[in-house]
Amino acid sequence: MEKLKDTLSQCYLAFIVLFMYAPIVTLVALSFNNGRSRAQWSGFTFDWYAEMWADQAIMAALRNTIIIAFVSAFIATVLGTIAAIGINNMRSVSRNTVMSITNIPMLNADIVTGISMMLCFIAFGVSLGFHTILIAHITFNLPYVILSVMPKVRQASKDTYEAALDLGATPVQAFFKVVLPELMPGVTSGFMLAFTMSLDDFIITHFTRGAGIDTISTLVYSQVRKGIKPTMYALSTVIFLTVFVVLMIGNFAPEWLKKRRK
Amino acid sequence: MSRNLLELQNITKSYDGQLILDDLTLDIHENSFVTFLGPSGCGKTTTLRIIGGFEKPDKGRVLFDGKDITNLPANKRQLNTVFQKYALFPHMSIEENIAFGLRIKNKSESYIKDKIKYALKLVNLDGFEKRSIDSLSGGQQQRIAIARAIVNEPRLLLLDEPLGALDLKLRQEMQYELIRLKNELGITFIYVTHDQEEALTMSDYVVVMNQGYIQQAGSPEQIYNEPENAFVADFIGDSNIVPGVMLRDYLVRIFGAEFKCIDAGFGVNKPVDVVIRPEDVEIVDDDDPRAILHGEMTHIIFKGEIYEMECTTPDGFEWLIHSTELHEPGKKVGLYVKPSNIQIMNKPESEDEEALGVEE
Amino acid sequence: MKNKSSRYLASPYIIWIVGFIVIPLLTIVYYGFTDRSGAFTLSNLAEILVWENYRPLYRSLILSAASTLICFLLAYPLAMILRWYKIGRGSIIVFIFILPMWMNSLLRILAWQTLLERKGVINGILTAMHLPEQHLINTTAAVLIGMVYDFLPFMILPLYNALMKIDDNTINAAYDLGASFWQVLTKIMLPLTVPGIVSGVTMVFVPALTTFAISNMLGGGKIYLIGNVIEQEFMQDSDWNQGSGLSLVLMMFVIVSMLIVNHFDDKKDMGRGGVI
Repeated sequence: MEKLKDTLSQCYLAFIVLFMYAPIVTLVALSFNNGRSRAQWSGFTFDWYAEMWADQAIMAALRNTIIIAFVSAFIATVLGTIAAIGINNMRSVSRNTVMSITNIPMLNADIVTGISMMLCFIAFGVSLGFHTILIAHITFNLPYVILSVMPKVRQASKDTYEAALDLGATPVQAFFKVVLPELMPGVTSGFMLAFTMSLDDFIITHFTRGAGIDTISTLVYSQVRKGIKPTMYALSTVIFLTVFVVLMIGNFAPEWLKKRRK
Repeated sequence: MSRNLLELQNITKSYDGQLILDDLTLDIHENSFVTFLGPSGCGKTTTLRIIGGFEKPDKGRVLFDGKDITNLPANKRQLNTVFQKYALFPHMSIEENIAFGLRIKNKSESYIKDKIKYALKLVNLDGFEKRSIDSLSGGQQQRIAIARAIVNEPRLLLLDEPLGALDLKLRQEMQYELIRLKNELGITFIYVTHDQEEALTMSDYVVVMNQGYIQQAGSPEQIYNEPENAFVADFIGDSNIVPGVMLRDYLVRIFGAEFKCIDAGFGVNKPVDVVIRPEDVEIVDDDDPRAILHGEMTHIIFKGEIYEMECTTPDGFEWLIHSTELHEPGKKVGLYVKPSNIQIMNKPESEDEEALGVEE
Repeated sequence: MKNKSSRYLASPYIIWIVGFIVIPLLTIVYYGFTDRSGAFTLSNLAEILVWENYRPLYRSLILSAASTLICFLLAYPLAMILRWYKIGRGSIIVFIFILPMWMNSLLRILAWQTLLERKGVINGILTAMHLPEQHLINTTAAVLIGMVYDFLPFMILPLYNALMKIDDNTINAAYDLGASFWQVLTKIMLPLTVPGIVSGVTMVFVPALTTFAISNMLGGGKIYLIGNVIEQEFMQDSDWNQGSGLSLVLMMFVIVSMLIVNHFDDKKDMGRGGVI
């Protein structure tokens, strides 16, 4: 009986893993396929990677994606961390109002958030382009940063800050030497969350980008209509691999280090 | 002697290659209050979980009322458990919690209602039916957990450190409650604790466990007065455990001084461990003829009913002494122990045996 | 950390959210309730009653409900198995099941397109085995698979978190009191994981209801959803008033569905927690 339960459970886990990863593995395999056919293996090649590397549009989109993700996550992290401290010190009525507004982009449908920003930009005469994507990404990243930092702000005791002041630190010194280190775990996880959210976004970027600028997501979306080129598979492989490695390091490196130190 | 309700036969259990229980055999009599006592990791909770049906032993059998229940799942056993942190169902009211087992058995609603009323009365929480779990204190949650178990009329109730999370005063109160409950219900209790005082107060049979072995099993008096090995002596109350040599029957040498004792049969010039309870060490004047050892008082703490003192003898051993009489640090004193208060134990011969204790 | 002056630290943020959340929402409300000349009208909202708009909304509701249900039915047993094996948060196995959450969703949809296309991988394999080609892409089923595939990790994570929170002894206590596996599932596990279920359902249902990329890439314009209608209003027809009106209707559906779902959950925010 236990044996049967064990076997069935493991089969089920395997089934879900297969469902989740078979499509991804297929893409990876096709990125090395020497030929345009999706059904036939015509030998191994790196040609698509070379072609991808030479493709101006893909490289520009890749650059945009990474710059936007990094800059928007960074600005959102700074703005959001400072905001979290401020919000925590507000009276409960205004705090609740601010937090409800903060939650809107998380709860609202992305399509509505994207459209509303696009309309607003156009209505106020702001031309769409790199900067509007950046503003939009900062906006939807902010709640993730605040929700990651907020619990740490609540935990951080008033005592350590006051102890620092008591020992002669200025408020600014006290903030950087005592308060910030205490918030740091929340700040880094907020940054990571914001960064990956931004990398992954399609819908909001789709509406707030102007003509002539693409991120990976919008590029894929427009390419799909014209027919997929195998360079897309090479690009997918590179991105999947990067995400995998970055998340592996982010998740497991601290533990490995701890174990090795022991 | 009453009959056996539960028999554990050669129970062996290991996790990840680590032996938790090694060939454990134990009989539990109907209608007794049995306590498994030991430090954390000694295997007492694992034993309870095997009886409850939440673990299967690697080897050995569990007999309940003479029938083999080793492979019977938990939901088919005629016994119930009161869990360490109560494990009440947080999404149900008190009433629903207590009714859970009865509804599973499809009892009539009027029967269930009567049972809830009876059980709540028994645990002194009449009228709490509709309250939510969150509104209860730890002690009250504990009572509900007991009520939830006993409405099912188990023949055996397992309690896993049920008082561990309560504060001292509440714990003492609940100890009396549990004894009363046990007497009113007339069923068998198996109680797990690491608190030796709790074990001695409540049970009529104590099983001291360590490292997967039963170190000693017996009445609280036996366990306290005649510990069979150094582990039991050390674990049950404070004691002075000192190396000694059994010179011959009824005479033991400790730190060069000869003490009369009442033990025999250890042989001649045999190294032994000697256990002397702190309250059995008597302080006499330095020049008193009764004094067997001489030393100097070094520490004193006032504990309310008694003074806890330490007296260092020239060989450097610090004797722990409990007495109502105050002896200031620095004072030179003589020490005396009545022969009947000296407990002689076999010295373990190897490390392995130390773990084993004097099992059989 | 509590003093009066530090509350002003939030000011830049407040200016930001007013500028980029509140005002844009007011803008969409303004466009939604006016016509091209700027006069007040309800006709943009009433557009939803037109067959070409009503039909995609209905289709969206059905498909998102179906994909949410399928995700739940796939994820709950999975989360239970992970719990049963006591696989902790930090383990690689859990990591594997939520990793796809971080992989660009468009690329993952692209993968399914590659599998399902007329000359795609699945048909290629079928042909190689001398079996007839199947019509897979541009069907409702393809869109449904895409939704389930895209959003499944968002169901797994909250369910797993909620199940891992249940104390072992709570479940043991139920068995101890005579409950069968089925009774433990329905009377203990499901009620105790309601907050996680609510999170998971919200995280799958809302994006599925409003998607236009999945239907576009796997439905080939044939499976037209409300998201596609709205997207076209803005990107092709450029009728902002009508588009805004339909967006507001969609937003109302999102809000109502979230209110319904949240109604089941009296203790909020339990299963949510961090991601990875």
